[in-house]
Amino acid sequence: MTSINDETLSPVSRTAKGDKNAISWLGNLSAILRSGAVFILLGALLLGFSAAEPAFANIGNLMSILQAVAVVAILGAGVTVTLAVGGFDLSIGAIAASSVMAASYAMIVWGFSAVATVPLVLAFGALVGLVNALLIVRLKVPDLLATLSMMFLLSGLQLIPTAGRSISAGLILPDGTTATGAYDPAFLLIGRFSLFGIVPVSVVLMTLVAIVLFVLTERTRIGRLLFATGGNELATRLAGASTARLKTLAYVISGTLASLGGIVIAARVGRGDVSSGGSLLMDAVAAALIGFAVLRRRRPNVLGTIVGAVFVGVLLNGLTMLNAPYYTQDFVKGAVLVGALALTYGVGRSAAQ
Amino acid sequence: MPLLHVDALSRSFGPTRALTSATLTIDAGEIVALMGANGAGKSTLVKILSGVLPADSGKVTLKERPYAPRTPAEAAAAGVVTVHQSTDLVGAPGLTVADTLLLSRFTERGQPFFVSRSGIRRQAQAILDAAGFDLPLDRDFADLSAADRQLVAIARALANKADLLILDEPTASLSIAESRRLFDILRRLRDGGLAILYISHRTADLEAIADRALVMRGGAVAGAFQRPIDFSAAIETMIGRKLQSARPDIRIADGTPVFEMRSARLLPDSAAFDLAVHAGEVVAITGVLGAGKSRLLSAIFGAGHLAGGKMFLDGRPHHPQTPADGIASGVAMAAEDRHRSSLIPANWPGSSLAATISLPHLAKWYPHGLLFGGREQREAKKAIARLRIKASGPQAPIASLSGGNQQKAVLARWEAEPSRLLLLDEPFQGVDVGARHDIIQAIRSRTDRATLIATSDPEEAYEVADRILVIDHYSLVPTPRGAISASQGIHA
Repeated sequence: MTSINDETLSPVSRTAKGDKNAISWLGNLSAILRSGAVFILLGALLLGFSAAEPAFANIGNLMSILQAVAVVAILGAGVTVTLAVGGFDLSIGAIAASSVMAASYAMIVWGFSAVATVPLVLAFGALVGLVNALLIVRLKVPDLLATLSMMFLLSGLQLIPTAGRSISAGLILPDGTTATGAYDPAFLLIGRFSLFGIVPVSVVLMTLVAIVLFVLTERTRIGRLLFATGGNELATRLAGASTARLKTLAYVISGTLASLGGIVIAARVGRGDVSSGGSLLMDAVAAALIGFAVLRRRRPNVLGTIVGAVFVGVLLNGLTMLNAPYYTQDFVKGAVLVGALALTYGVGRSAAQ
Repeated sequence: MPLLHVDALSRSFGPTRALTSATLTIDAGEIVALMGANGAGKSTLVKILSGVLPADSGKVTLKERPYAPRTPAEAAAAGVVTVHQSTDLVGAPGLTVADTLLLSRFTERGQPFFVSRSGIRRQAQAILDAAGFDLPLDRDFADLSAADRQLVAIARALANKADLLILDEPTASLSIAESRRLFDILRRLRDGGLAILYISHRTADLEAIADRALVMRGGAVAGAFQRPIDFSAAIETMIGRKLQSARPDIRIADGTPVFEMRSARLLPDSAAFDLAVHAGEVVAITGVLGAGKSRLLSAIFGAGHLAGGKMFLDGRPHHPQTPADGIASGVAMAAEDRHRSSLIPANWPGSSLAATISLPHLAKWYPHGLLFGGREQREAKKAIARLRIKASGPQAPIASLSGGNQQKAVLARWEAEPSRLLLLDEPFQGVDVGARHDIIQAIRSRTDRATLIATSDPEEAYEVADRILVIDHYSLVPTPRGAISASQGIHA
């Protein structure tokens, strides 16, 4: 039996009704406005905030915005990859937080150097991603449930080695001894050094992650297969691809990026705080979802995620400079997300085709 | 005065005119068969009558009153109830058979707010008794067989006191015994004054039950046949030309087979069978839904497994564990239901025509991993020219193509790289007559490989194949070459 897809048909029937020229001209304009809406709004925000508060446009402030969103953008890129395979990783916030603890523990308790700590923590993130993938791909646990459990597991696990204490130099261990190590100064550079005195290392890392993942997802055959898995898993398998391996890859990437985010936080804060990374998960997910609206892709895309993270960062920074109280921040994020999703899915669906 | 009078009904989808001035009448107390090839307009007519789609123009009169339902609920309230071919959406996992039977009643105003299990069971049993079916009331809908789902759907339709019952391929998933039982019930309902519009490809079914046959072609009613119905004439009207007893260019292939199965079993308790397919040969396997066609093809491709027996490809043992194994050894398969098994949804990376074709070949076409060089665009252009795919270009979204052109793209995918054995499962689903012709030509023009086609439509099998095999209860039935006739159908 033939089935008829309403969505592909509606534009024809709608444009046929009125004056074609006027409608297509208006349609083109509004299509451009909608597809570039996030960029246009971002530009308007930058202009508005600079006009209201000249200190906003200062290069140092702009870099501090990017530095503030770097971790969220890096985690959001990981979320994007898991969304591409049709999954969802709720454990990234917990992976980042436990990576902060792991990095601090490695340096302060075990006395590791930066060169040993960074690979160790990244491997930890990759391992957690692998376990997530194992639960999801082999044991067929639904992705939300598997990664939610992993989130709880890690949030608890990070407290055990120090009996719930935060980790800083001179930490007294549960067995009564005092830790002798300290943060490697080289490690702290990741969070505190700026190239040429202008570009923070974390912003460089964010840019690298963005470029590598953009190329991976949009310009390579692996990326095509990752998206194909999320679009139609059966078709991808029948085309000879191993969807199990592709999903595993996505969760390992997500886990590794989350631990990279944790390294950046640890290097900035300089201690292992038990409560770090509270809103990271939600912020990263929000960035990825706002990314759906960027260029009206209506699908996860790395470029959109980065723009989404920056957009929220600019808005929060500007509002803070204009003395908006801190407690309005979550409201602002929520409003942006609702607006972006309404723009993506709701407004003038037919013109998007 | 007829019960239903349809006058010059038309409906277009963009440039496609699915229904062009269709006119027909149905009286109370008769069973009218509606026949037509894929794309003849049957489903559009049914959708309009059942309130799923509005008509562009034309008039429908039901019981001497204008009838233009905007929703299926309005159609049902007016007395027109439709049972669709796909019954997955009749109920939902977690609901019992009893819940499913009463589902529409739950939505009515004036029903008690609280429901009791025993009350539901009692009402559901009454519905089943009225229809004469015997179904397990407490079974979860998800655990029902396709046949039982069909019976649930029909029982529920009958409970709504219909004047006109529209059945779309109701026996597609029923066994012969179940079909006979259904026919008895339908005759009883007809004798009680119900009008039944019965859509089917199966001439055997129609012969058994229809009082009258209407044949659709090109969106209009092209012929009407009274009892005794001359089905060969009806089929000729349906496909627009004389039925051939076999293709004129039939090839009798000999020599070493490309692919062989020896004492193969699809299920542990099904009968063993042999199969040999030669290079340049097109073999069609036909059988009712659930006879094991897809299972057979999946096992050959590596998407499923044999319960027993051996397979050989070019004389070498062939036992693929995954589709990747199958592809590597030279087997290609375009599975049934292209939307579910082959296409990437709209607006998603990989949903263009070129990407649809390239999906299995990415590793071969882009060995360095980066999607640069335009190989898939070149391959897509070749396919557009060779298969006459109507598309704006390689980057056209696959969802913007018509069903026939989508199916051509799926065929192009598996013909883009050479294979030894091509498996096509229901390759003419939702494909119009013109595209079907192109696809058949493309399939038959290749002599370097063997082709095995599964189809539930014997007429399609006749059009495409050199040799037709019948599958029943998960085993091939030995058939002499060219001995069955299309109008005998597959219940013979």
